[in-house]
Amino acid sequence: MAIVELANPARFLSFADRAIPWLSAATAIAFAFAIRQAIVAPDDYQQGATVKIMFLHVPGAWLGMLGWGLMTVAALGTLVWRHPLADVAAKAAAPIGAAFTLMCLVTGSLWGRPMWGTYWVWDARLTSVLVLLLLYLGVIALWRTVEDPSRAARAAAILTIVGAIDLPIIKFSVDWWNTLHQPASVFRLGGPTIDPSILIPLFIMTAAFTALFVTLLLAAMRNEILRRRVRTLRLLQASAAS
Amino acid sequence: MTPLAAMLVRDMRIAVRVGGGALIGVLFFLIVVTLTPFALGPDLALLQRIGPAILWLAALLASLLALDRLFAADHDDGSLDLILMGRAPLELVIAAKGLAHWLTTGLPLIIAAPFIGLFLNLDARAGAALMLTLLVGTPALTFVGLIGAAIAVTLRRGGLLLAVLVLPLTVPVLIFGVAAANAAVVGPVPFGTPFTILCALTLASLVVGPFAAAAALRQEME
Repeated sequence: MAIVELANPARFLSFADRAIPWLSAATAIAFAFAIRQAIVAPDDYQQGATVKIMFLHVPGAWLGMLGWGLMTVAALGTLVWRHPLADVAAKAAAPIGAAFTLMCLVTGSLWGRPMWGTYWVWDARLTSVLVLLLLYLGVIALWRTVEDPSRAARAAAILTIVGAIDLPIIKFSVDWWNTLHQPASVFRLGGPTIDPSILIPLFIMTAAFTALFVTLLLAAMRNEILRRRVRTLRLLQASAAS
Repeated sequence: MTPLAAMLVRDMRIAVRVGGGALIGVLFFLIVVTLTPFALGPDLALLQRIGPAILWLAALLASLLALDRLFAADHDDGSLDLILMGRAPLELVIAAKGLAHWLTTGLPLIIAAPFIGLFLNLDARAGAALMLTLLVGTPALTFVGLIGAAIAVTLRRGGLLLAVLVLPLTVPVLIFGVAAANAAVVGPVPFGTPFTILCALTLASLVVGPFAAAAALRQEME
């Protein structure tokens, strides 16, 4: 099915209704596999079992950034093409992305306590991710403040595009500044610096979380479309009654 | 008088005449700085060390003061519609309004900063460095704030939302502003390194701010 056809909310709803059960099943299977892999993965020779926190931390970071990236693309869709689903996607992605960003921060902080000796340091990577969370919360607040959804969409779209400047800062913060957070160790020139026995479970876990993200996003978009229909019906009802 | 100059003069006149004028920002600045020793205790050595940070934070908060009314007041009395329909490019009009906002809220703070710095035991050299960083950095605060002001233009209780939207985006300006001011006082980083990045941030915000704010206003007022 072409993406153009999905622009029709009714078509999108029927697509989502069909896709969500399959995606949920795929997510469940992926998690069953990934959790097994994560359990059998060996402990690190220095970090011990705490290395396994990474199986939550890295997907959280990746999906927190992916969420804002998707919202930026959707924002362009709202402003440039007036795509009717773009603002639905942007609104639905914000709380999910915020939740994954929070997961990244919380797991990182729990790992930092035994490893660095502190829950939090004001290091460039940690700070820029915290700013990302604040940006998420700001966008969510904006969505909730403006009553008319299409108006809220356009205001949120501009804020999203301006906020996207934080994404490269997060990515390159470990190169630009001397941080306590380790530098890039998965996607780097010269190959990853993580042993395959941990790297492969990490990839599988990330794939499972990404499947979860897509499933939640589709379900949230479906809910948002239905919520808007309810709102329109209520408005019609109210104007008919008066 | 060109439309842009007229807008600049009009906005400055409004800022000076309404709500206590430019001095209210300086007064707020002074109060925030005065509150800090009450919270921290009057340890002059400590205050000297964190003085630039306190002054920068106070400037950041003070720059938010008049921001929520910047477009909202024009929206309420209808002049925003005239501006949108006018022949002058919206981006430039917004830049003129930003300049007027900076001249009436940012500039008085910069002039007052070295004197208020005396309360925090800052010497002449630190005061001068602080003044320079504020002079370069505060336009960025105003022009990033323009985006938030434009987004929040039609909202009730826009002021609170404005702070939530704008403050995360001002983090880099704060970091490099304070870093440059500290570098001049204690080192070890040379003053030029954070200072040039601060200049770059301001130049970027001078471009991004008016364009994003203009886009937001056009979308909001449709």
